[in-house]
Amino acid sequence: MAAIELRGLTKVYPGGVKALDSLDLDIPDGEFFALLGPSGCGKTTLLRTIAGLETATGGAVVIGERDVTGVQPGGRDVAMVFQDYALFPHMDVTDNIAYPLRIKKVAKGARREKAEEVGARLGLDHLMDRRPGQLSGGQQQRVALARVMATQAQAFLFDEPLSNLDARLRLEARTFLKKLQRELGVTTVFVTHDQAEALAMADRMAVMEAGHIRQIGTPVEVFQRPANTFVAGFIGSTPMNLLDGAVRGDTLEVAGCKVAVPIAAEGRLTDGEKIVYGVRPEYMAYSAGPAEGVLSGKVAIVENLGASHLVTLDVNDVLVQAVVPEGSEPAVGDDGHALPRRDRALVYRDGELV
Amino acid sequence: MTRFVLGRIGFCTLIAVLLAFFTIPLLWLVTAPFTSDPSYEVKVPDFTWDNFQAVVEHPYALPSLYNSLVLSVGTAVLVVLLAALAAYALSRVRLPGRDALLYALLLLSSIITGTAAMVPLFQLAVELNLIDSHLGLILILTGGLLPAAIFMLKDFMDSTPKSYEESARVFGASPLQIVRHVVVPLVRPGLATIGVWALANVWGNFLMPYLLLSDVEKQPAAVITYTLYTEGGQANLSMLSTFGLLYSIPVVLMYLFVSKKYGFRFHGGIKR
Repeated sequence: MAAIELRGLTKVYPGGVKALDSLDLDIPDGEFFALLGPSGCGKTTLLRTIAGLETATGGAVVIGERDVTGVQPGGRDVAMVFQDYALFPHMDVTDNIAYPLRIKKVAKGARREKAEEVGARLGLDHLMDRRPGQLSGGQQQRVALARVMATQAQAFLFDEPLSNLDARLRLEARTFLKKLQRELGVTTVFVTHDQAEALAMADRMAVMEAGHIRQIGTPVEVFQRPANTFVAGFIGSTPMNLLDGAVRGDTLEVAGCKVAVPIAAEGRLTDGEKIVYGVRPEYMAYSAGPAEGVLSGKVAIVENLGASHLVTLDVNDVLVQAVVPEGSEPAVGDDGHALPRRDRALVYRDGELV
Repeated sequence: MTRFVLGRIGFCTLIAVLLAFFTIPLLWLVTAPFTSDPSYEVKVPDFTWDNFQAVVEHPYALPSLYNSLVLSVGTAVLVVLLAALAAYALSRVRLPGRDALLYALLLLSSIITGTAAMVPLFQLAVELNLIDSHLGLILILTGGLLPAAIFMLKDFMDSTPKSYEESARVFGASPLQIVRHVVVPLVRPGLATIGVWALANVWGNFLMPYLLLSDVEKQPAAVITYTLYTEGGQANLSMLSTFGLLYSIPVVLMYLFVSKKYGFRFHGGIKR
């Protein structure tokens, strides 16, 4: 088990594309860490650079206090699960799980025994003679996990471990993976483009955009206090309302309405400056009657989310969304009023959290 | 209705003529060796073994089949080995001008056929002292087949996902281990195809061994066939047909074996 440190890590592809731009990151021993970002943000490149499959252009990768920047992948003592699992199609499950041990020249009997043991732990005991082509997606994923467990590496790297599973299985696998990581206690870095996955599984996460880390924090921190408008827009299954506004004395003018200054921004704003007002639809109290500090408009769209509804209000031609509990949803065309929670609303100046 | 029937009859007749065109020579090949005095027509054989007796007693006939085997197996092994390594490298390593190199190789090797290159090749072989040697011929045949083999195999290699190799690399496998444990098993159908293709190519090659092997004891079956004449200068049909049958059996057997084992899939890669 080991901590992972990245120091000024830079990766420039031939052709001048800067995939990673001087990244610093500390992942303590035993942590379940998520790299989250839209496609093309460099998260997979970062994971592959930690694994050694890409060579860093600058900076250092330190695993367990050992600088491995120039070390071949095989010498870094990490194990990786690929997006397509990369199970060897010509080997059965036992041989696949035992393959890392075969490379380490473990005797045949001993490595079979180890493979059986790890396989049994992941519920694969009745599948050990099958080829990967004869397994379902979920079973293939467990074989891939068993194979990295058999390595007893210092750190695990997962590249989009759940993206090849269908939606229902993905939830199951999410819980399973988190439980497994907790039991094993191995430092694990995983890449995902699904913010819900990152929020659900990770101890801490980094949100990346265009080769930069835009925020590092626990899922709670990243969800409640996104450090900038990019993270604010990216995190959350219903995107945050990000509304242009301006400071007017001790209130804010947003979409032609007056709203109270959020608690977090109190005393940090100057009169007249332009800001972006951010509040999640979940943190809006919807009502049919007007009140002080509400965003008022006409109901434009009502979307069913299951146990709640997402109501889109047209507030002076600006669209504002609020989540309304089931049973009290308005009809399209009604007048509606949404009161942001002062303790959850945020103010951004030049894209950064105030 | 009549038009339909007439159409069917016309179609079937055409097929029958075409089939006969290809089948009659084959029928001749399997009946003539068992006929006492074969001519150019297909006759019901009288099942004599005399022709086989004559072939066995011929001083160069059976040794020439052995020579053919040495040449084609030697070439096929060399082609598969070298083409696999070259194709893997070309598929995985980014070289400037890689594609241009590949196409140039393929183009040159298909434009400059053996016939066009036979004089310089002969001179080269003389200078290198490789005339009348199986090794020399194998090297020259290998050189001729390699470009196309590399080109075909690179296609197989390209269609295998890189993540298999990367996965093995992260577990600490060396490049040679990766080739042995992962790449070769994955492209085995491709290797088999190239091997069979090279084998069949050399087995049927007449020109190169005719040019480069003057010692009749070293000549392969394709060249020996050319010498099977009667004293009168007529083609010796009983010898030719019998030898021809023996000459074609190994190729047919090999085709059946490989087709059964690998199904002659030309698309390589992995079922996912």
